[in-house]
Amino acid sequence: MTQSGPYRLATGGLIDRRVAMRFTLDERRMRGLAGDTLASALLAAGERAIGRSFKYHRPRGVMTAGPEEPSALVELRADARREPNSKATTVELYDGLAAATQNCWPHVRFDLMRLNSLLAPFIPAGFYYKTFMWPASFWERVYEPLIRRAAGLGRAAGAADPDTYEHANAFCDVLVVGSGPAGLAAALAAARAGARVILCEDDFVLGGRLAAERHEIDGAAGFAWSQAAIAELAACPEVRLMRRTMVFGVYDGGVHGAIERVADHLPATASRPRQRHWRIVARRTILAAGAIERGLLFGGNDRPGNVMAAAARTYANRFAVSVGRRVAVNTNNDDGWRTAIDLAAHGVEVSALIDTRASVPAALAASFKGRVILGGQVVSSKGPGSVRAAVVQTARGRETIVCDALAVSGGWNPNVALACHHDGRPVWRDAIAAFVPGALPKGTIVAGAANGSLTLARCLAEGDAAGRAAVEQLGFRTAAHALPKADDEPSEVTAFWHVGGSAKSAFVDFQNDVTAADIALAAREGFRSVEHLKRYTTLGMATDQGRTANVNGLAVMAALTGRGIAETGTTRYRPPYNPVAIGALAGHHRGKAFRPIRRTPSHAWAERQNAPFVEVGPWLRAQYFPRAGEADWLATVAREVRTVRGAVGLCDVSTLGKIELHGPDAAAFLDRLYVNTFSTLPVGRARYGLMLREDGFALDDGTVSRLGETRWFMTTTTANAGRVFQHMQFCHQVLWPELDVQVVSVTDQWAQFSVAGPRARDTLRAIVDPPFDLGNAAFPHMAAGECTVAGGVPARLYRLSFSGELAYEIAVPARYGSSLAETLMRAGEPHGIAPYGTEALAVMRIEKGHVAGNELDGRTTARDLGLGRMVSAKKDFIGRVMAQRPALVAPDRMTLIGLKPVDRTRRLRAGAHLVPRRDAADAAHDEGVVTSAAFSPSLAHWIGLGLLARGPQRHGERVWAADPVRDGMVEVEVCPPCFIDPSGERLRG
Amino acid sequence: MRIPCPHCGDRDVREFVYLGDAAPRRPDAHAPDALARFVDYVYLRDNPAGPHRELWYHGFGCQAWLVVTRDTRDHDILGATPARGVS
Repeated sequence: MTQSGPYRLATGGLIDRRVAMRFTLDERRMRGLAGDTLASALLAAGERAIGRSFKYHRPRGVMTAGPEEPSALVELRADARREPNSKATTVELYDGLAAATQNCWPHVRFDLMRLNSLLAPFIPAGFYYKTFMWPASFWERVYEPLIRRAAGLGRAAGAADPDTYEHANAFCDVLVVGSGPAGLAAALAAARAGARVILCEDDFVLGGRLAAERHEIDGAAGFAWSQAAIAELAACPEVRLMRRTMVFGVYDGGVHGAIERVADHLPATASRPRQRHWRIVARRTILAAGAIERGLLFGGNDRPGNVMAAAARTYANRFAVSVGRRVAVNTNNDDGWRTAIDLAAHGVEVSALIDTRASVPAALAASFKGRVILGGQVVSSKGPGSVRAAVVQTARGRETIVCDALAVSGGWNPNVALACHHDGRPVWRDAIAAFVPGALPKGTIVAGAANGSLTLARCLAEGDAAGRAAVEQLGFRTAAHALPKADDEPSEVTAFWHVGGSAKSAFVDFQNDVTAADIALAAREGFRSVEHLKRYTTLGMATDQGRTANVNGLAVMAALTGRGIAETGTTRYRPPYNPVAIGALAGHHRGKAFRPIRRTPSHAWAERQNAPFVEVGPWLRAQYFPRAGEADWLATVAREVRTVRGAVGLCDVSTLGKIELHGPDAAAFLDRLYVNTFSTLPVGRARYGLMLREDGFALDDGTVSRLGETRWFMTTTTANAGRVFQHMQFCHQVLWPELDVQVVSVTDQWAQFSVAGPRARDTLRAIVDPPFDLGNAAFPHMAAGECTVAGGVPARLYRLSFSGELAYEIAVPARYGSSLAETLMRAGEPHGIAPYGTEALAVMRIEKGHVAGNELDGRTTARDLGLGRMVSAKKDFIGRVMAQRPALVAPDRMTLIGLKPVDRTRRLRAGAHLVPRRDAADAAHDEGVVTSAAFSPSLAHWIGLGLLARGPQRHGERVWAADPVRDGMVEVEVCPPCFIDPSGERLRG
Repeated sequence: MRIPCPHCGDRDVREFVYLGDAAPRRPDAHAPDALARFVDYVYLRDNPAGPHRELWYHGFGCQAWLVVTRDTRDHDILGATPARGVS
């Protein structure tokens, strides 16, 4: 006996007996060896019951040796790193690993919730739907919390994941999934032809079943051959071997998703990502993902000590662990015999080999020397607790076989999942009593056991042929090489599914506690389609996706309905093959790094002024600039507005989308893009423009400046910059390629500031280089021109006003943006300049009645926005025809108006609905909505903009602004939307 | 999914923006039945099972609008050409 457990075999295994791995299970200290999985270490220590089942809280143990494990689920690690529902069979043991049993209280061996199991006759499939129907109010408060406490699996960490995850891309000629004999043969054939090959293996050991079997290849141990093959592949510069990498999905165009477990097998460390999410693009794909053994259905087939026959072999051959002291083997196929033979070779007592078949070929019969019972069926396992005996039915009667483990084989299911991700339906093959892949994703070849070829010699031959075919299709030349020699070992199977005759439950889906009786119930109640069966019983819906359960379940349903299994069919296969951590899918895109943030040229300067920032599209913009002594943000914003209206303010408007147009047809292009006309605009002038979508609704607004005869500059709103540019590219490239114009985005190239207020001209005079004339005559409202500032820095100057004051927008190359802000602040100091943010900007545009995003919401037309007079009747433009549809020109459409509270002390809120005073404030009498609202420092009361049916005809009318969830009812007066200087004298001053 | 951009080569679908059917042609706004024809142009689309010529925008690449031929049954991309001059 070694120190790593009483069930560790004295010799053999791919483990390092010199390297102990200390770990804990429920804080009990245990030891395993390097090369162990958590499952093999627990089995070596003699742990049988490892978890409790989902619904009945039955004790369960390790059943498999791979990712198909339905039962041995544990929680790993602690605190924020706690990870529920981890399959012990795939957890690579490391020194210091902390694991915990889950879904049991107070203890895995004495679980009070076992009560559910006693209630089992009363909670069959569909019991949720039938039992907890009345009274309805009890569902949320009583039934659901009760069920949730009793049923379920592990607990989520409940804290942010402290680890990091990466995304990576890889490209290859041939992707090989699986490193068993077929995968290695395929990779060798492709690599020898010089192709770029990626080989992915989910396990931490390369070799697939060769690591778990005692097969021989070329007269030597099969595992030794696999290591030589891997060494040859590793020496090829174009080959990438990826261990611990699970391909979880096959997507369109040869794109595959894979998760590489970079540090799951290491103690927590900040120096490496935990996992890496690969996007592998392959020209050809070879699926060699092997096969998964299924069990047999008999009473108590879920009792700890029941294991899959091949898993028992894996534990003995690869991990040097015996699954019991006296093992009985129950099989319906030749492969189960190998388990008895291998266990006996390791010196483990095999109490009986029970084959459901009445006779087997003489050669097979001669291969095992121990006790064989032909034509026998295990009817049930006996406890108490874990397996202590098996009751066997033969033609002569019943016999009790004493054993402490029961190795079961019901045959092999080719691992078809990845082959079916493009909706290919698997095809039933009678010869192996299993489904094999049907129509494959384009460029995919399946080889080996995944293709239903269940012998070593055929795996090697098919893998080699697949590798050759893949690279030959890609134009590589292959040379002859000898196939490795191996035997076609016996692999006959006679389908056998369900053994009756036991009062105990025969489990089909171990993780979701679905029994053969549940399937019979579903059949009786008419849920016979496989998709209905799945949803009614939850068969195959657990984290293992029913890898060991589905085909057995289909077989039971097929027998009950008298249809064949082929006719019964399978449910649809979808990615991911195995659960994938959300963190791995997110990669680095989490928290503040969820998407890139764009900062304005004056961002750092604004930070120094303590400005809070607000997200506008992809940008962060300064919201306001607080000063000491200001009570709240409203006070700050009011002071900023008064500064602009009374002196001068500075605002970074670099976030506006900026687009330059060049070419003789630029004017014609703009005429077709906007509702109004630009070809008549003189050089050196700017004009406001509105563009529609082709369906007639407003898309965006902005200004267009003509800098030269064929040179134009336009702006879009911040939020729509990308969309408008894309729209313009569409119009130019798709609709009117004959127009000679070039369109370029220059948003990032220019830093642009608004200088607004009665002292704006005085401020600019200090920095605009002579001889540029800023006088009202030479550079009037809506003028645009080029100049230099601060002694030679090239600049563009536009006399545009969003605030309604005398205002300019000045643009310099982006690298000068930060220093321009500081230069302007110095230049404006004698004039009382202050910076203002997006809040003051919004207040002033509401005071002026300018529309913005709240009004340009995709449902308003030019006429709705009060801009109907801008629309040219003389030309075609995008949206012109559709804007004339009757409903879009109906007189009762909601149209832009201004709003004032009748009681000037009341606050207005955007979102309130407008209802006539005589009517009830309900949806039936809704006539409009408040789109924007602000406290106007200039008027000293709240004001709003809104859309109201027949709005312009109702100036002076009083209506309710109904806001029942916040302020209730506010009486408001409808007025024209411009509150300040309607004649525009200030901005022309 | 991968799209073979004629300017940039084989690129991941995340670099592209989808618009839709490449067949509709913008009608003459001055035709007597312009409104009916524009309603067709803006709203009515065939939904074929099989090869479909559709407009994609390579926004995170060359900013070209492309006509991509895609089989709607299996997302097989059969080709991509610049949209310029196609409509």
